[in-house]
Amino acid sequence: MSSEAHVADGSAVHAEHETGENYLNCSHGLRSWLLTLDHKRIAVMYLAGLAGALFLGGIMALVVRLELWTGDGLVLSDDLYNHAFTLHGAIMTFLFIIPGIPAVFGNFALPLMLGAKDVAFPRLNLLSWYLWITGAVFAIVSMVVGAVDTGWTFYTPYSTQTSTQVINMTMGVFILGFSSIFTGLNFVVTIHKLRPAGMTWWRMPLMLWGLYATAIIQVLATPVLGITLLLLVAERALGVGIFDPSLGGDPLLYQHFFWFYSHPAVYIMILPAMGVISELISVHSRKTIFGYHAIALSSVAIAAFSFIVWGHHMFTAMSPMGNMIFSALTFSVSIPSAVKTFNWLATLYRGHIRLNAPMLYALAFIFLFGIGGLTGLFLGALATDIHLHDTYFVVAHFHFVMVGSTLIAFLGALHYWWPKMFGKAYDETLAKIACILVFIGFNVTFLPQFVLGTRGMPRRYHNFLPEFQGLHQASTVGAFILAIGLFLILVYLWKSLVSGKKVTVDNPWGGSSLEWLTTTPPPHYNFVGEPPEHDVYDYHDIRYDAAIDGYVLSKNEGDAAR
Amino acid sequence: MFFAQGFWFPDGASTNTGDHDWLFHFILAISAIFFALIIAVGTAFVLKYRRRPGVSAEKSPTHNGTLEIVWSVIPSILIVFIFYYGFTTYLASRTMPPEAFEVQVTAKKWSWEFNYPNSAQDPDLYVPAGKAIRLVMTSEDVIHSLSIPAFRLKQDVVPGRYTDSWFQCDEPGTYNLFCTEYCGTLHSKMLAKVHVLPQAEFDDWVEKAADIVGNAPSLLAAGEILYHKRGCAQCHSITGETLTGPSFLGSFGTERAISGGGRVTMDENYVRESLVNPQAKVVAGFQPVMPTFKGMKDDEITAIITYLKSLAKGE
Repeated sequence: MSSEAHVADGSAVHAEHETGENYLNCSHGLRSWLLTLDHKRIAVMYLAGLAGALFLGGIMALVVRLELWTGDGLVLSDDLYNHAFTLHGAIMTFLFIIPGIPAVFGNFALPLMLGAKDVAFPRLNLLSWYLWITGAVFAIVSMVVGAVDTGWTFYTPYSTQTSTQVINMTMGVFILGFSSIFTGLNFVVTIHKLRPAGMTWWRMPLMLWGLYATAIIQVLATPVLGITLLLLVAERALGVGIFDPSLGGDPLLYQHFFWFYSHPAVYIMILPAMGVISELISVHSRKTIFGYHAIALSSVAIAAFSFIVWGHHMFTAMSPMGNMIFSALTFSVSIPSAVKTFNWLATLYRGHIRLNAPMLYALAFIFLFGIGGLTGLFLGALATDIHLHDTYFVVAHFHFVMVGSTLIAFLGALHYWWPKMFGKAYDETLAKIACILVFIGFNVTFLPQFVLGTRGMPRRYHNFLPEFQGLHQASTVGAFILAIGLFLILVYLWKSLVSGKKVTVDNPWGGSSLEWLTTTPPPHYNFVGEPPEHDVYDYHDIRYDAAIDGYVLSKNEGDAAR
Repeated sequence: MFFAQGFWFPDGASTNTGDHDWLFHFILAISAIFFALIIAVGTAFVLKYRRRPGVSAEKSPTHNGTLEIVWSVIPSILIVFIFYYGFTTYLASRTMPPEAFEVQVTAKKWSWEFNYPNSAQDPDLYVPAGKAIRLVMTSEDVIHSLSIPAFRLKQDVVPGRYTDSWFQCDEPGTYNLFCTEYCGTLHSKMLAKVHVLPQAEFDDWVEKAADIVGNAPSLLAAGEILYHKRGCAQCHSITGETLTGPSFLGSFGTERAISGGGRVTMDENYVRESLVNPQAKVVAGFQPVMPTFKGMKDDEITAIITYLKSLAKGE
């Protein structure tokens, strides 16, 4: 049976479904999961792990926000507060948002989008997951045996002097770094070597451009973090003077090393999110993405610029000359980001826009990323950054980018690929309500923090002056709305897994990339027979079939389109 | 409301706040225009082209060179301007005026120490109004950062080197000063006030401040002043409550275990040693985090001892 006939003929599709075999049920038992080399199962295992990390980090966030209800704190001591915000930052950054979209949706969709059977190195892929688990264990051990109080940035010389579990935590982050490097390496090789014959670079889905640019950063920047953390451990454990001035070191050197990784890491978080949004907006508007080349190249440009702007984290510590150079370079990142936003808007033009949950997340992304990006201008400009540096303005800005953009894109991706991943439908009404709750909760949490920041409220403060209380309380209320929204998602997705309606159509949204042209959920080797050939963002032959309430690939021009 | 000065900032009190605030509001206006545009266009498209039965997507160009160049170039021009104005305004705030009055700042966990040319010292910053003030800063332990929001001023304070900053405030008044680089347990209590005084008042203050023991009505009173001024109060309570260090209430003359084994009686020489070399005999159960007070004058140490004795008697 040729692939064309397979996808074009609805009854053939159903015949395949009758056998009922897919990657989820082709083998059974815990062992078949823990030793799997299947990228789709690894994606599901990452999803479980990341959900756990998000939950833990979220609990810490609520603890922090609750404690900030009054200026004198509620129940925590100063030290416990410092532990709570450090764990919130470290868990969310290293365990959730850096692996984030690539680990779950990259792993699931990348080989499918290429029409490949798996990633280039399936064993390395499984090792990445085990490294993630090992890193997570280190982080949790350091929590249980005595916590860390340095903030997620581990700034020296504080981190070499504090008596808390810095070595355990940094070893965890070191191991997580390797997980990230291996995933990046795998994706780079997969995209280079496993593209099907007809798919040139300029015919790849933009999700793949996002993942490719991300992978390049992961491979090039993460080793610097690893080396930096090893130096930190060497200084703490052996007393070698590298960063601590009392041992003859230079504390600002640490910040240069740290941000040389951690600024590109910001783009490790946002680039895959931008890839997701490009897919969501195009598919749900049934429109070819506007300015494909500009979006693809801007991902690469952002990845390249990301390596040369780290100094803007240190404007209150560097010389005017250094600051001038880094400020100018920093602004260069804003243009490709703006270009992407304009392209997404232009894609909506004359579209056929379906406002389902994934699309609501995509639109929320444009709103929140707009605020996150524009507030970056205040921090890129030297004069205004000096006043705003290390205040809540910065906290609000990076939450708009990391949570408002990346987490929102993660949730959009989750709702978009969920039926394909699990073959189960979720409650669309609850999904929309949750999306709106998350959107409102997020804004109520973080908009007041911009004002706290401009009024001078420093970040990482357990206690604060009375004049800041009102805005802090608004922010805390928002955090709980956000938490309710996220919890609602957990509930209905769980319900979907346990008792959700079965999804049997291949292509519920009318997607044009290859993962939508295989069965749901996909078979173990992704495609029955040869993968189909199809141009991404070409919707003219993806037609709605009312009989199956889904879309089919049809070369017959006479079919009715919806 | 969003463009009103008082909504975003504490009242600007130093000479460079005008330029700073102008730039902030300029970026705010640009951002508001772009954001409103994005949301308006997005909303309009979503409403106009939302999925309805019988209507399908219409063909439209997949790219448009002119449009794409326009929406890349206009923001580029704007950000060049923002960068340039941001840099020149910043540079003015970094260029030290030659005739500035210098105050030496020492940051330590978790207090500030401001030292004046005549050896006056205080945990709050006192400066004359209408005069350029240069702060020369260093830290005794970890990185701190000195922030005075009303002056839009912030500068990291780094151990093992000096950093500096300057301001001029023409309006007498009291302003907040924060530590803005995370520095551990009491980071959020590392606050101080900036007292801007008319020149004559400042001259009086600084002369008086230089001689704590001589100014105090008694040695005991001097000890109490020093207890607050030197930052002892951050870690040692006089109420019996245990903070970062042991409480002073009823402690003088008593014996205590020290970490690493052994016991010591808190007498005059133990107090002196603990000030000069605090890590020598740390009371068991406490972290060795106390900074040294090596430069303290003999009469000041005597005054502190007198004060501690009074606490032992419960006076």
